[in-house]
Amino acid sequence: MRPGWHVATVAATHRETPNAARLDLDVDGWPGNAAGQHLDVRLTAPDGYSATRSYSIASSGPTMRVVLAVDKLPDGEVSPFLVDEVRAGDMLEVHGPLGAFFVWRPGGAGSGSAGSAGAAGSDRVDARPVQLIAGGSGVVPLYAIAQAHADADDPAPFRLLYSARTPDDVYFADELRALAEASAPFRLDLVYSRRTPDGWPAPAGRITREALEAAVIPAADRPLVYVCGSTGFVERVADWLVGLGHDTRSIRTERYGGT
Amino acid sequence: MEHVDGNWLAGPLAEFFSFDVTMATARCSGCGTVAELARAMVYRSGAGTVVRCGSCGHVLATLVESEDRAWIGFSGVSAIEVRREPA
Repeated sequence: MRPGWHVATVAATHRETPNAARLDLDVDGWPGNAAGQHLDVRLTAPDGYSATRSYSIASSGPTMRVVLAVDKLPDGEVSPFLVDEVRAGDMLEVHGPLGAFFVWRPGGAGSGSAGSAGAAGSDRVDARPVQLIAGGSGVVPLYAIAQAHADADDPAPFRLLYSARTPDDVYFADELRALAEASAPFRLDLVYSRRTPDGWPAPAGRITREALEAAVIPAADRPLVYVCGSTGFVERVADWLVGLGHDTRSIRTERYGGT
Repeated sequence: MEHVDGNWLAGPLAEFFSFDVTMATARCSGCGTVAELARAMVYRSGAGTVVRCGSCGHVLATLVESEDRAWIGFSGVSAIEVRREPA
C-alpha cells in the first residue's frame, strides 16, 4: 500500500473527551490501512502557509472510512482547528497510510521484527501474547490494534494497560468495554494520573514501575509489547520493561512528543 | 529539546523513497547497532530534522527541506537493509 496524498471529507465529528474530538473521514482513493498506522494531515492557509502534523489512525482494514481521535494541544497550530473548528463536509489533505513498524496484523504478530532471518512472517509465532501500553491519546493506534484483534477473532491473548488523566479522559471508553466482552481474549487495565472514579482501589498518580509490573504480561511469556504516548511516558515505560526482562526487540514504541 | 521517534519519518520520506524507510534497518557508524529507523530518535527544528541512533545518539541522518528541494544526508549510516515485499 504505497502512501499518497488524498482528499478527505469529514463525514462526522464527535466530542471524544473534554479535550479531544473524533473525526470520521471519507478518504477518496484511500487503499485501506493496517492497525497501528498513521497519516499526516496538511492544513494550508489562504496565504499559502501550511502546517503538517502526524495522527495515528483509530481504524483499520480495506475501507475508505478512516477514523482519527485528536487531542487538542494548547499551543497547537493544527489540533485546535481539528478539535474545535472542523465540521462535517469540510475537506482536509491527508498523506498515508504511513509506517509499517508500529503495526499489528492478525495471525502474524511476530512478522517484521529486526534480527530475524528471512522474509517478514517467517518468524511468525501463532498466538504470541500482545501487551499494549498507552499514555493519554497514545491509546489511539492501540485501540485500532485491539479492535483488529477482536474483528479477526484472533486467539492471541491481549492486554491493554492505559494511563488516562481522569475517567472523563478515557478515549473509546464504550468500545474498550465492548472489547473486553468480545470472544477474542482481551483485558483492559486502567490507571488514572489525576483523578480516579469513586471507590477506585488505587490513588491517582503517575504509573509506577510496580503498577506496570503487576499489570503487564510477564517477560517469561514473551509478549510483543506496543507502547505509545508522550515521549517521556514511552521512555519511562520502555526502560522499566527492559528492566523487567523484556527483550528490546519485542518492544515497539511510538512517541508523539511533549514531555 | 523535545523529540519524537523514527516512525515520524514515514511521511516526510515517502516522497523520496519507494520503500517504507521506517522498517528499513540501518547500521549506525558510531556504535554498530543495527535497528529499524523507526527506533531512531528524531529531533526537529525550523532548520531541519536530525535523526540520531537510539542506542548511542550518533547522528544517523539529516533532512532539510525547502519549497522546491530537499537535502537528505546519511552521514552516520554505514548500511541499510530494505525488505522486499514477499512475491
